[in-house]
Amino acid sequence: MGGNKADVWQGTLALMVLKTLESMGSLHGYGIARRIEQTSGDVLSLNYGTLYPALLKLEQEGAISSEWGASENNRKAKFYSLTRAGRKQLQREARDWEQATEIVARFFSPAKEA
Amino acid sequence: MMRKLRALWRRVCGTVDAEAADREFADELESHLAMHIEDNLRAGMSLQEARRQALIRLGGVEQTRQAYRERRTLPWVEPLWQDVRFGMRMLRKSPAFTAIAVVTLALGIGANTAIFSIVNGVLLNPLPFPHPEQLVVLHESKPNFEFGAISYPNFQDWQKSNHTFSSMAVSRGYYFSLTGMGVAEQLDGQFMTSDFFETLGVNPLLGRTFTQAEEQPGAGPVVLISEGLWRRRFGGSPDVLGKGISLEGKSYSIIGVIPASFHLVAGPLRSRDVYVPMGQWRNPGLTERAAGMGIRGVARLKPGVSVEQANADMARVTGNLANAFPDVDKGIGAKLVPLKEQLVGDVRPFLLVLMAAVGFVLLIACVNVASLMLARSTARMREFALRTALGASRVRMIRQLLTESLMLATVAGGLGLMLAVWGTHAGLKLLPEALPRGEEIGLDLRVLLFTMATSLLAGIFFGLMPAFKTSQADPNTALKEGGRGASGTRHRAQSVFVIAEIAIALVLLIGAGLMVRSLKRLWSVDPGFNPRNVLTFGYTLPPSMIHGNPDAIRAAYRSFDDALAAIPGVSAVSQSWGGLPMEGDDDTLFWLDGQPKPANTDGMYGTLIYNVGPDYLKAMGIPLQRGRFFNAHDDERSPLVGVIDDVFAEKYFPGQDPIGRRIVLDDRGRTMEIVGVVGHVKQWGLDADDAHPLRVQLYMAWMQSPDDFVGLAPSGVNAVVRYTGSLTSVSDAIRHNIEQGSHQQIVYDAHTMESAIADSLAERRFAMVLLGVFAALALLLASVGIYGVIAYLVGQRTQEIGIRMALGAQRMDVLRLMLWEGMRLALMGVAIGVVAALALTRLMTKMIYGVSATDPLTFSGVAMVLMLAAIAACYFPALKAARVDPIQALRSE
Repeated sequence: MGGNKADVWQGTLALMVLKTLESMGSLHGYGIARRIEQTSGDVLSLNYGTLYPALLKLEQEGAISSEWGASENNRKAKFYSLTRAGRKQLQREARDWEQATEIVARFFSPAKEA
Repeated sequence: MMRKLRALWRRVCGTVDAEAADREFADELESHLAMHIEDNLRAGMSLQEARRQALIRLGGVEQTRQAYRERRTLPWVEPLWQDVRFGMRMLRKSPAFTAIAVVTLALGIGANTAIFSIVNGVLLNPLPFPHPEQLVVLHESKPNFEFGAISYPNFQDWQKSNHTFSSMAVSRGYYFSLTGMGVAEQLDGQFMTSDFFETLGVNPLLGRTFTQAEEQPGAGPVVLISEGLWRRRFGGSPDVLGKGISLEGKSYSIIGVIPASFHLVAGPLRSRDVYVPMGQWRNPGLTERAAGMGIRGVARLKPGVSVEQANADMARVTGNLANAFPDVDKGIGAKLVPLKEQLVGDVRPFLLVLMAAVGFVLLIACVNVASLMLARSTARMREFALRTALGASRVRMIRQLLTESLMLATVAGGLGLMLAVWGTHAGLKLLPEALPRGEEIGLDLRVLLFTMATSLLAGIFFGLMPAFKTSQADPNTALKEGGRGASGTRHRAQSVFVIAEIAIALVLLIGAGLMVRSLKRLWSVDPGFNPRNVLTFGYTLPPSMIHGNPDAIRAAYRSFDDALAAIPGVSAVSQSWGGLPMEGDDDTLFWLDGQPKPANTDGMYGTLIYNVGPDYLKAMGIPLQRGRFFNAHDDERSPLVGVIDDVFAEKYFPGQDPIGRRIVLDDRGRTMEIVGVVGHVKQWGLDADDAHPLRVQLYMAWMQSPDDFVGLAPSGVNAVVRYTGSLTSVSDAIRHNIEQGSHQQIVYDAHTMESAIADSLAERRFAMVLLGVFAALALLLASVGIYGVIAYLVGQRTQEIGIRMALGAQRMDVLRLMLWEGMRLALMGVAIGVVAALALTRLMTKMIYGVSATDPLTFSGVAMVLMLAAIAACYFPALKAARVDPIQALRSE
């Protein structure tokens, strides 16, 4: 991926997907990909294809469910939505993530502790 | 964790419905691309550019699909699934091979599972008590009896003075007549000390067990009943506690119900119908230190105490007793046997031999299937060569072949399990009743695991070898020669297989042959009496007569005798109180008249005693050798007379005439004159009698028994009836005769003496039948194996044979050639088998009687049978070879 765009960090794609589905409700794969890109302010470069195995994994784990429906342009598309287990997983992982970033952040702003 | 498992499961499922899922994902991708292209168009791209960009962002349709598929399924499952499907196709393509292989293996696995379920139930499963390893059975060892009965006073001292047991209890089997509840019934019961069940760790289902006060003589009569009796007679009603039950005409109050899970078929701890405190036993012998009274004990070791430590402790205790009571306790010790050992010790070698035998059968089955696989792999040489040429790795092909054999093994395992379920079901009926813990035999988790492991191991065993051989073949030669690449090595391997099969079959056949020969020997052993046409049964008088007037009791038995003797078809009748041949073991001590009374029991002689009627000799068919037997005048008023057997005469009156000699009986110091000598009866079983330490036998006229002794008789003596004509009409007449009397009398345990002898051989017969079945299976499988190899050789050598015949060989020459080929293998197998059998049949020494473990007749006979079977198996393929048309054979080149 060229320019100054960043690849999606290992392990965060699932979290982003879950968060996206939480805020957007039900959404199809293309929509999820676009939304992640937009939310990152177009900083992240997402290989759209990698999204699908990730969606499948989440579905296999029971965090999301899918169902065929019609898109905004009235096109047949598969829509993903968060399940109750997925919502819980998101809460848990979001907490972990916040804690992790906070710890890392402390290393880069040691002045505050002093 | 749950999430991961769920995902794994979904992936496993994903493997199954692959095509539909592929299609669905294609649709999803298509809509994704369409939406992306539309967006790109809206952003002003050309159609071509819009599509190009969309594909770039997707990262390639094919890659996406691949990544998706890998996530959807388990990547390693798919090729496995392919292997399985391919394997199924291959197995379907050769149904004959598949059927033979599966049936062969299923027989092997099924037989193993069945025998293992017996071994598991009898030997492996722990006894159904808490900490069973702490439990030991107690015996009193005496100079002439290693495992004697315990005297009650001695037991009480053992209990008090030992340091190594947490508890100790004794019991004594006893038949109680149950009356007053409709049909009278003889109950199998037991007198016991109070903490018997606590010692074992058995809790009552209802109510409580005995208190120590209830154990004392004269305490209120209480009884524990078994769950079986409770359900049978009280309909399982919970308010049975406190109810009365009439045993021997005396009312006992029920205080508890003992669960059916307390069930040990063999040994002194056999489960019973009723349990009564020892103190209720009105037997004067209970307080005599010299008496054994058939009492056996069970004890629980303190935690951490070993049997050796307990033995040392008991040696100290019995040593002290011997010093304190030198006249009766000198030479008396305690013998401890771990409970499990007591229950299953006798059958262990016998079950292990069966297990080994059935293992051999499985080995033959595996070898056979391996040999079949090998032969078949010839036909598939081309297929494998082609696959190798196309780049399939060797590992991949071994995996393919292993998959196929594992599939065979799995199917065979399932079928084998079914055979085992069916077989144990049928076999349990065959099972000797003497086999301890027989009711615990069944399929449990361990048996299932055993079957699974056996099937898998079998699959690997017979799959691996052919797989290696096949994958080793050079694809070039294989393709060039049209599939005859590695025939040399395969031929050798198959020959080794056949030799091994024949050797194993020979070992099994010799084992079975030895069993047959020893059983035949046993059947022809003279038991010392004539068991044909003899019926015996137990018989009680009304319970009101127990401890009643001895004259009335004698009169009742006399009239009972007369009534039976009057029945048409009855030629002789006798009462017998005490042991019947092959069953009882009542004994007594005596010394020779004219000698001083020995200072202690150690110095006395022991003899088996039979208290019988005047016609006993005639009824039982025992030969009179000298003097006379009893007659009606030998009664309570006449001087005491006795009859001894020839072993007694030989041992105590060697070279003298025993008639007129006198002995003194220890129990009351009565003197008895010997009036006759009769033949010895094999009391301890046809095979064990000679080895038994106590063999001398003494007959007493039971009408001469002391009054208090006769008072106990109404609770049951045996009747012995010799009949002519049909058993049913005689036994019907007897039953009719008794039913005419009051309903207070009970007839029980009726059987013929022939069946008593048969029962004493039941275990051997069981072993013989099973060994015979296994040996027959082995013979059949080995024959199939040798047939297969020779047939294969004929196929391989058709052209060679054609050339030989074209060059002038006669059909007979070809026939001889091919037969010799088979004979060579059979001879080698027999030679190896004989050597192996010489080593292995030694393990059977305990199971065989009257034949040596290396009996030349059995060895040579079995070798002949096997050679004949081998010739038969070779004959048909050889005949086919001899019928080869040389022209056809050459043309097919």
